Amino acid sequence: MNARAAVAAVVDPEIRVVTIDELGILRAVEEEPATGRVVVTITPTYTGCPAMDVIRADIRRALAAAGHPDAEVRTVYAPAWSTDWISDAGRAKLAAAGIAPPARRGDDTVVPLTLAVRCPRCGSPETTQVSRFGSTACKALWRCRSCAEPFDHLKAL
Amino acid sequence: MLRAPQSRTEGGPVSGVFDFTLALGDDALIAAQRLGEWTTRAPEMEEDIALANIALDQLGAARLLLTYAGELEGAGRDEDDLAFLRDDREFRNCLLVELPNGDFGVTMAKLFFLAAWQLPLYTALAGGGDDRLAAIGAKARKESAYHLDHASLWVKRLGDGTDESHRRMQDAVDQVWPYVHELFTSDPAAPVDPATLRADFDATVAAVLDEATLTRPETRWTPGGGRDGVHTEQLSYLLAEMQVLHRAHPGASW
Ligand SMILES: [Zn+2]
Repeated sequence: MNARAAVAAVVDPEIRVVTIDELGILRAVEEEPATGRVVVTITPTYTGCPAMDVIRADIRRALAAAGHPDAEVRTVYAPAWSTDWISDAGRAKLAAAGIAPPARRGDDTVVPLTLAVRCPRCGSPETTQVSRFGSTACKALWRCRSCAEPFDHLKAL
Repeated sequence: MLRAPQSRTEGGPVSGVFDFTLALGDDALIAAQRLGEWTTRAPEMEEDIALANIALDQLGAARLLLTYAGELEGAGRDEDDLAFLRDDREFRNCLLVELPNGDFGVTMAKLFFLAAWQLPLYTALAGGGDDRLAAIGAKARKESAYHLDHASLWVKRLGDGTDESHRRMQDAVDQVWPYVHELFTSDPAAPVDPATLRADFDATVAAVLDEATLTRPETRWTPGGGRDGVHTEQLSYLLAEMQVLHRAHPGASW
Protein backbone atom coordinates (compact mmCIF):
# COMPACT_ATOMS: atom_id res chain seq x y z
CA MET A 1 0.00 0.00 0.00
CA ASN A 2 1.08 3.52 -0.79
CA ALA A 3 2.78 5.10 2.27
CA ARG A 4 0.95 8.39 1.90
CA ALA A 5 -2.45 6.66 1.74
CA ALA A 6 -1.65 4.51 4.77
CA VAL A 7 -0.70 7.50 6.91
CA ALA A 8 -3.56 9.66 5.65
CA ALA A 9 -6.04 7.02 6.84
CA VAL A 10 -4.89 7.23 10.48
CA VAL A 11 -7.73 8.61 12.59
CA ASP A 12 -7.38 11.19 15.33
CA PRO A 13 -7.36 9.25 18.63
CA GLU A 14 -9.58 11.81 20.39
CA ILE A 15 -11.98 12.59 17.54
CA ARG A 16 -12.16 9.24 15.84
CA VAL A 17 -14.46 10.30 13.01
CA VAL A 18 -11.77 12.32 11.22
CA THR A 19 -8.32 11.42 9.94
CA ILE A 20 -5.13 13.28 10.77
CA ASP A 21 -5.01 14.29 7.12
CA GLU A 22 -8.49 15.83 7.23
CA LEU A 23 -7.57 17.70 10.43
CA GLY A 24 -4.47 19.17 8.80
CA ILE A 25 -2.16 17.59 11.38
CA LEU A 26 -0.40 15.60 8.66
CA ARG A 27 2.06 17.89 6.86
CA ALA A 28 4.16 15.57 4.68
CA VAL A 29 4.92 11.95 3.83
CA GLU A 30 8.20 11.37 2.03
CA GLU A 31 9.61 8.05 0.94
CA GLU A 32 13.30 7.67 0.20
CA PRO A 33 13.36 5.56 -2.99
CA ALA A 34 16.75 4.00 -2.31
CA THR A 35 16.09 2.78 1.23
CA GLY A 36 12.29 2.65 1.39
CA ARG A 37 12.48 4.68 4.59
CA VAL A 38 9.39 6.81 5.16
CA VAL A 39 9.61 10.19 6.88
CA VAL A 40 6.31 11.59 8.14
CA THR A 41 5.95 15.18 9.32
CA ILE A 42 3.11 16.14 11.66
CA THR A 43 2.20 19.24 13.66
CA PRO A 44 0.15 19.38 16.89
CA THR A 45 -3.16 21.17 17.17
CA TYR A 46 -2.30 22.51 20.64
CA THR A 47 1.22 22.56 22.13
CA GLY A 48 0.13 20.33 25.00
CA CYS A 49 -2.01 17.98 22.92
CA PRO A 50 -1.71 14.67 24.79
CA ALA A 51 -2.74 12.67 21.72
CA MET A 52 0.53 13.27 19.88
CA ASP A 53 2.31 10.21 21.29
CA VAL A 54 -0.61 8.00 20.30
CA ILE A 55 -0.71 9.56 16.82
CA ARG A 56 3.01 8.89 16.34
CA ALA A 57 2.56 5.26 17.38
CA ASP A 58 -0.52 4.85 15.16
CA ILE A 59 1.37 6.24 12.16
CA ARG A 60 4.25 3.81 12.65
CA ARG A 61 1.80 0.93 13.08
CA ALA A 62 -0.13 1.87 9.93
CA LEU A 63 3.07 2.12 7.92
CA ALA A 64 4.35 -1.23 9.18
CA ALA A 65 1.04 -2.86 8.26
CA ALA A 66 1.30 -1.34 4.78
CA GLY A 67 4.76 -2.76 4.25
CA HIS A 68 6.87 0.20 5.40
CA PRO A 69 8.54 -0.90 8.65
CA ASP A 70 11.30 1.71 8.44
CA ALA A 71 9.56 4.93 9.42
CA GLU A 72 10.36 8.14 11.22
CA VAL A 73 7.81 10.62 12.52
CA ARG A 74 8.96 14.22 12.87
CA THR A 75 7.03 16.92 14.71
CA VAL A 76 7.17 20.53 13.53
CA TYR A 77 5.66 23.60 15.18
CA ALA A 78 5.95 26.16 12.40
CA PRO A 79 3.83 27.23 10.73
CA ALA A 80 1.40 26.92 13.65
CA TRP A 81 -1.64 24.73 13.03
CA SER A 82 -4.86 26.56 12.29
CA THR A 83 -8.41 25.27 12.22
CA ASP A 84 -8.49 26.67 8.66
CA TRP A 85 -6.43 23.59 7.73
CA ILE A 86 -9.34 21.26 8.45
CA SER A 87 -10.60 20.09 5.07
CA ASP A 88 -14.20 20.40 3.89
CA ALA A 89 -14.55 16.62 4.19
CA GLY A 90 -13.25 16.85 7.74
CA ARG A 91 -15.73 19.59 8.60
CA ALA A 92 -18.60 17.56 7.22
CA LYS A 93 -17.58 14.51 9.24
CA LEU A 94 -17.25 16.57 12.43
CA ALA A 95 -20.73 18.02 11.94
CA ALA A 96 -22.17 14.57 11.23
CA ALA A 97 -20.66 13.36 14.52
CA GLY A 98 -22.34 16.17 16.48
CA ILE A 99 -19.27 18.39 16.73
CA ALA A 100 -19.84 21.90 15.38
CA PRO A 101 -16.90 22.70 13.09
CA PRO A 102 -14.94 25.94 13.57
CA ALA A 103 -15.65 29.05 11.57
CA ARG A 104 -13.06 29.87 8.94
CA ARG A 105 -10.69 32.44 10.40
CA GLY A 106 -9.04 33.56 7.21
CA ASP A 107 -6.77 36.02 9.03
CA ASP A 108 -4.13 36.17 11.69
CA THR A 109 -5.97 37.72 14.62
CA VAL A 110 -5.29 35.94 17.88
CA VAL A 111 -8.70 36.30 19.47
CA PRO A 112 -11.24 34.87 17.07
CA LEU A 113 -14.62 36.47 17.00
CA THR A 114 -17.17 33.83 17.87
CA LEU A 115 -20.11 34.21 15.54
CA ALA A 116 -23.24 32.15 15.98
CA VAL A 117 -22.44 28.45 16.18
CA ARG A 118 -25.14 26.28 14.62
CA CYS A 119 -26.38 23.29 16.55
CA PRO A 120 -24.99 20.22 14.76
CA ARG A 121 -28.15 18.26 15.66
CA CYS A 122 -31.02 20.54 14.68
CA GLY A 123 -29.25 23.34 12.81
CA SER A 124 -30.57 26.08 15.09
CA PRO A 125 -28.39 29.18 15.49
CA GLU A 126 -29.92 29.69 18.95
CA THR A 127 -26.95 28.37 20.89
CA THR A 128 -24.90 29.46 23.88
CA GLN A 129 -21.41 28.66 25.05
CA VAL A 130 -21.39 26.74 28.33
CA SER A 131 -17.60 26.63 28.64
CA ARG A 132 -14.86 27.66 26.26
CA PHE A 133 -12.90 24.60 27.34
CA GLY A 134 -14.35 21.17 26.61
CA SER A 135 -13.57 17.48 26.65
CA THR A 136 -10.31 17.96 24.76
CA ALA A 137 -7.93 20.90 24.31
CA CYS A 138 -9.40 21.79 20.93
CA LYS A 139 -13.08 21.82 21.88
CA ALA A 140 -15.50 24.13 23.69
CA LEU A 141 -18.79 23.05 25.24
CA TRP A 142 -21.99 24.57 23.85
CA ARG A 143 -25.69 24.06 24.34
CA CYS A 144 -28.56 24.44 21.90
CA ARG A 145 -31.49 26.53 23.15
CA SER A 146 -33.83 25.06 20.55
CA CYS A 147 -33.38 21.33 21.11
CA ALA A 148 -31.68 21.69 24.54
CA GLU A 149 -28.86 19.31 23.60
CA PRO A 150 -25.28 20.07 24.68
CA PHE A 151 -22.66 19.70 21.95
CA ASP A 152 -18.94 20.12 21.32
CA HIS A 153 -17.61 22.94 19.16
CA LEU A 154 -14.15 22.80 17.69
CA LYS A 155 -12.69 26.19 18.60
CA ALA A 156 -11.30 28.39 15.87
CA LEU A 157 -7.54 28.64 16.40
CA MET B 1 0.48 35.72 54.03
CA LEU B 2 3.20 35.16 51.50
CA ARG B 3 6.75 36.17 52.11
CA ALA B 4 9.23 36.67 49.34
CA PRO B 5 12.87 37.68 49.17
CA GLN B 6 13.00 41.45 49.31
CA SER B 7 15.99 41.98 47.11
CA ARG B 8 18.21 40.32 44.57
CA THR B 9 21.05 38.70 46.43
CA GLU B 10 23.13 37.20 43.69
CA GLY B 11 23.42 36.80 39.97
CA GLY B 12 22.69 39.41 37.35
CA PRO B 13 19.62 39.99 35.30
CA VAL B 14 18.44 37.23 32.99
CA SER B 15 20.37 37.62 29.80
CA GLY B 16 20.94 35.83 26.57
CA VAL B 17 18.71 33.38 24.78
CA PHE B 18 19.36 30.45 27.12
CA ASP B 19 18.49 32.25 30.36
CA PHE B 20 15.49 33.87 28.74
CA THR B 21 14.16 30.61 27.30
CA LEU B 22 14.72 28.79 30.58
CA ALA B 23 12.87 31.51 32.51
CA LEU B 24 9.86 31.39 30.18
CA GLY B 25 9.84 27.60 30.26
CA ASP B 26 9.91 27.64 34.06
CA ASP B 27 7.08 30.20 34.16
CA ALA B 28 4.92 27.90 32.04
CA LEU B 29 5.90 24.73 33.90
CA ILE B 30 5.21 26.10 37.39
CA ALA B 31 1.98 27.74 36.22
CA ALA B 32 0.87 24.36 34.80
CA GLN B 33 1.63 22.59 38.07
CA ARG B 34 -0.29 25.15 40.13
CA LEU B 35 -3.31 25.12 37.80
CA GLY B 36 -3.29 21.33 37.87
CA GLU B 37 -3.88 21.49 41.62
CA TRP B 38 -7.43 22.65 40.87
CA THR B 39 -8.31 19.39 39.15
CA THR B 40 -11.36 17.89 40.92
CA ARG B 41 -11.51 20.98 43.19
CA ALA B 42 -12.89 23.73 40.94
CA PRO B 43 -16.21 25.39 41.86
CA GLU B 44 -18.00 23.81 38.88
CA MET B 45 -17.28 21.03 36.43
CA GLU B 46 -16.85 23.29 33.40
CA GLU B 47 -14.26 25.32 35.30
CA ASP B 48 -12.47 22.18 36.40
CA ILE B 49 -12.07 21.22 32.75
CA ALA B 50 -11.10 24.75 31.75
CA LEU B 51 -8.31 25.00 34.33
CA ALA B 52 -7.00 21.55 33.40
CA ASN B 53 -6.95 22.55 29.72
CA ILE B 54 -5.13 25.79 30.46
CA ALA B 55 -2.64 23.83 32.56
CA LEU B 56 -2.13 21.50 29.61
CA ASP B 57 -1.45 24.44 27.28
CA GLN B 58 1.11 25.81 29.74
CA LEU B 59 2.73 22.39 30.01
CA GLY B 60 2.90 22.15 26.22
CA ALA B 61 4.67 25.50 25.99
CA ALA B 62 6.96 24.52 28.87
CA ARG B 63 8.04 21.34 27.11
CA LEU B 64 8.97 23.18 23.92
CA LEU B 65 10.79 25.94 25.79
CA LEU B 66 12.71 23.63 28.12
CA THR B 67 13.68 21.32 25.26
CA TYR B 68 15.08 24.33 23.40
CA ALA B 69 16.80 25.64 26.54
CA GLY B 70 18.49 22.26 26.97
CA GLU B 71 19.75 22.37 23.39
CA LEU B 72 21.04 25.92 23.83
CA GLU B 73 22.85 24.93 26.99
CA GLY B 74 24.57 22.09 25.17
CA ALA B 75 25.14 20.03 28.31
CA GLY B 76 22.93 17.15 27.24
CA ARG B 77 19.98 18.02 29.48
CA ASP B 78 16.53 17.37 28.05
CA GLU B 79 13.13 18.68 29.14
CA ASP B 80 12.77 16.01 31.83
CA ASP B 81 16.23 16.69 33.29
CA LEU B 82 15.43 20.38 33.50
CA ALA B 83 11.95 19.89 34.96
CA PHE B 84 12.66 17.13 37.44
CA LEU B 85 16.32 17.25 38.38
CA ARG B 86 16.87 20.89 39.29
CA ASP B 87 16.49 22.28 42.81
CA ASP B 88 14.61 25.45 43.69
CA ARG B 89 17.62 27.75 43.39
CA GLU B 90 18.09 26.64 39.79
CA PHE B 91 14.56 27.57 38.74
CA ARG B 92 14.15 30.92 37.00
CA ASN B 93 10.37 31.34 37.06
CA CYS B 94 8.80 34.55 38.28
CA LEU B 95 7.36 34.51 41.79
CA LEU B 96 3.86 35.18 40.43
CA VAL B 97 3.41 31.63 39.14
CA GLU B 98 4.65 29.87 42.29
CA LEU B 99 2.30 31.70 44.67
CA PRO B 100 -0.24 29.33 46.20
CA ASN B 101 -3.60 29.20 44.43
CA GLY B 102 -5.50 30.83 47.28
CA ASP B 103 -9.22 31.06 46.62
CA PHE B 104 -10.67 31.05 43.12
CA GLY B 105 -10.32 34.85 42.93
CA VAL B 106 -6.58 34.69 43.64
CA THR B 107 -6.15 31.97 41.02
CA MET B 108 -7.99 34.11 38.45
CA ALA B 109 -5.96 37.21 39.36
CA LYS B 110 -2.75 35.21 38.90
CA LEU B 111 -3.91 33.75 35.58
CA PHE B 112 -5.15 37.12 34.35
CA PHE B 113 -1.82 38.87 35.02
CA LEU B 114 0.15 35.92 33.64
CA ALA B 115 -1.85 35.79 30.42
CA ALA B 116 -1.76 39.58 30.02
CA TRP B 117 2.03 39.23 30.05
CA GLN B 118 2.40 36.02 28.04
CA LEU B 119 0.20 37.16 25.14
CA PRO B 120 2.28 40.24 24.14
CA LEU B 121 5.44 38.30 25.00
CA TYR B 122 4.67 35.37 22.69
CA THR B 123 3.42 37.76 20.03
CA ALA B 124 6.74 39.64 20.14
CA LEU B 125 8.66 36.35 19.96
CA ALA B 126 6.58 35.26 16.96
CA GLY B 127 7.91 38.26 15.07
CA GLY B 128 11.43 38.05 16.44
CA GLY B 129 14.71 36.87 14.97
CA ASP B 130 15.10 33.49 16.70
CA ASP B 131 13.35 30.89 14.52
CA ARG B 132 12.68 28.39 17.31
CA LEU B 133 11.29 31.00 19.67
CA ALA B 134 9.27 32.49 16.81
CA ALA B 135 7.64 29.11 16.14
CA ILE B 136 6.88 28.55 19.82
CA GLY B 137 5.57 32.11 20.18
CA ALA B 138 3.32 31.84 17.14
CA LYS B 139 1.75 28.69 18.51
CA ALA B 140 1.52 29.67 22.18
CA ARG B 141 0.07 33.13 21.60
CA LYS B 142 -3.11 31.65 20.15
CA GLU B 143 -3.57 29.63 23.33
CA SER B 144 -2.65 32.60 25.53
CA ALA B 145 -5.41 34.62 23.87
CA TYR B 146 -7.93 32.07 25.15
CA HIS B 147 -6.38 32.11 28.64
CA LEU B 148 -6.57 35.89 28.79
CA ASP B 149 -10.13 35.84 27.54
CA HIS B 150 -11.13 33.26 30.13
CA ALA B 151 -9.43 34.95 33.09
CA SER B 152 -10.73 38.39 32.05
CA LEU B 153 -14.25 37.04 31.97
CA TRP B 154 -13.98 35.78 35.54
CA VAL B 155 -12.30 38.94 36.84
CA LYS B 156 -15.20 40.96 35.38
CA ARG B 157 -17.86 38.53 36.53
CA LEU B 158 -16.58 38.41 40.10
CA GLY B 159 -15.56 42.08 40.29
CA ASP B 160 -18.87 43.31 38.92
CA GLY B 161 -20.87 40.66 40.80
CA THR B 162 -22.15 40.58 44.36
CA ASP B 163 -20.70 42.63 47.20
CA GLU B 164 -18.94 39.53 48.46
CA SER B 165 -17.47 38.51 45.09
CA HIS B 166 -16.39 42.12 44.46
CA ARG B 167 -14.66 42.30 47.83
CA ARG B 168 -12.84 39.03 47.33
CA MET B 169 -11.79 39.78 43.74
CA GLN B 170 -10.39 43.16 44.82
CA ASP B 171 -8.54 41.44 47.68
CA ALA B 172 -7.11 38.95 45.20
CA VAL B 173 -5.92 41.69 42.82
CA ASP B 174 -4.37 43.60 45.74
CA GLN B 175 -2.62 40.49 46.99
CA VAL B 176 -1.15 39.45 43.62
CA TRP B 177 -0.37 42.90 42.18
CA PRO B 178 3.08 43.35 43.85
CA TYR B 179 4.32 40.27 42.00
CA VAL B 180 3.66 41.54 38.47
CA HIS B 181 6.48 44.07 38.44
CA GLU B 182 9.18 41.41 38.40
CA LEU B 183 7.97 40.36 34.95
CA PHE B 184 9.05 43.64 33.39
CA THR B 185 12.60 43.94 34.70
CA SER B 186 14.50 45.36 31.78
CA ASP B 187 16.96 43.08 30.01
CA PRO B 188 18.23 44.54 26.73
CA ALA B 189 20.20 41.33 26.02
CA ALA B 190 17.08 39.13 25.92
CA PRO B 191 15.41 38.26 22.60
CA VAL B 192 12.49 40.42 23.79
CA ASP B 193 13.24 43.04 26.45
CA PRO B 194 10.47 42.43 29.01
CA ALA B 195 10.32 46.15 29.78
CA THR B 196 8.91 46.78 26.30
CA LEU B 197 5.80 44.72 27.15
CA ARG B 198 4.68 46.87 30.06
CA ALA B 199 2.54 49.33 28.10
CA ASP B 200 0.55 46.54 26.47
CA PHE B 201 0.09 44.81 29.84
CA ASP B 202 -0.98 48.01 31.58
CA ALA B 203 -3.55 48.75 28.88
CA THR B 204 -5.08 45.26 29.18
CA VAL B 205 -5.17 45.46 32.97
CA ALA B 206 -6.70 48.94 33.00
CA ALA B 207 -9.47 47.97 30.57
CA VAL B 208 -10.44 44.77 32.39
CA LEU B 209 -10.25 46.17 35.92
CA ASP B 210 -12.32 49.16 34.84
CA GLU B 211 -15.06 46.95 33.43
CA ALA B 212 -14.84 44.78 36.54
CA THR B 213 -15.38 47.90 38.73
CA LEU B 214 -12.10 47.06 40.43
CA THR B 215 -9.31 49.42 41.41
CA ARG B 216 -5.73 48.98 40.31
CA PRO B 217 -3.68 48.91 43.49
CA GLU B 218 -0.99 51.46 44.27
CA THR B 219 2.45 50.06 43.60
CA ARG B 220 4.44 49.92 46.81
CA TRP B 221 6.19 46.61 47.47
CA THR B 222 7.79 45.02 44.40
CA PRO B 223 9.18 41.60 45.34
CA GLY B 224 11.50 39.91 42.86
CA GLY B 225 14.34 37.43 42.71
CA GLY B 226 12.68 34.59 40.83
CA ARG B 227 14.76 35.24 37.72
CA ASP B 228 17.88 34.86 39.88
CA GLY B 229 16.69 31.67 41.54
CA VAL B 230 15.67 33.32 44.80
CA HIS B 231 12.17 32.00 45.45
CA THR B 232 9.46 31.89 48.05
CA GLU B 233 9.29 28.88 50.33
CA GLN B 234 6.24 27.76 48.37
CA LEU B 235 8.25 26.71 45.33
CA SER B 236 10.09 24.02 47.31
CA TYR B 237 6.84 22.30 48.30
CA LEU B 238 5.59 22.48 44.72
CA LEU B 239 8.82 20.98 43.36
CA ALA B 240 8.81 18.22 45.97
CA GLU B 241 5.42 17.06 44.76
CA MET B 242 6.21 17.54 41.07
CA GLN B 243 9.60 15.82 41.14
CA VAL B 244 9.22 13.01 43.67
CA LEU B 245 8.14 10.29 41.25
CA HIS B 246 10.81 11.01 38.68
CA ARG B 247 13.52 11.14 41.32
CA ALA B 248 12.37 7.98 43.07
CA HIS B 249 11.98 6.05 39.82
CA PRO B 250 14.26 7.58 37.17
CA GLY B 251 12.92 7.04 33.68
CA ALA B 252 9.59 5.69 34.90
CA SER B 253 6.89 5.59 32.25
CA TRP B 254 3.41 4.19 31.83
ZN1 LIG C 1 -30.27 21.92 18.50
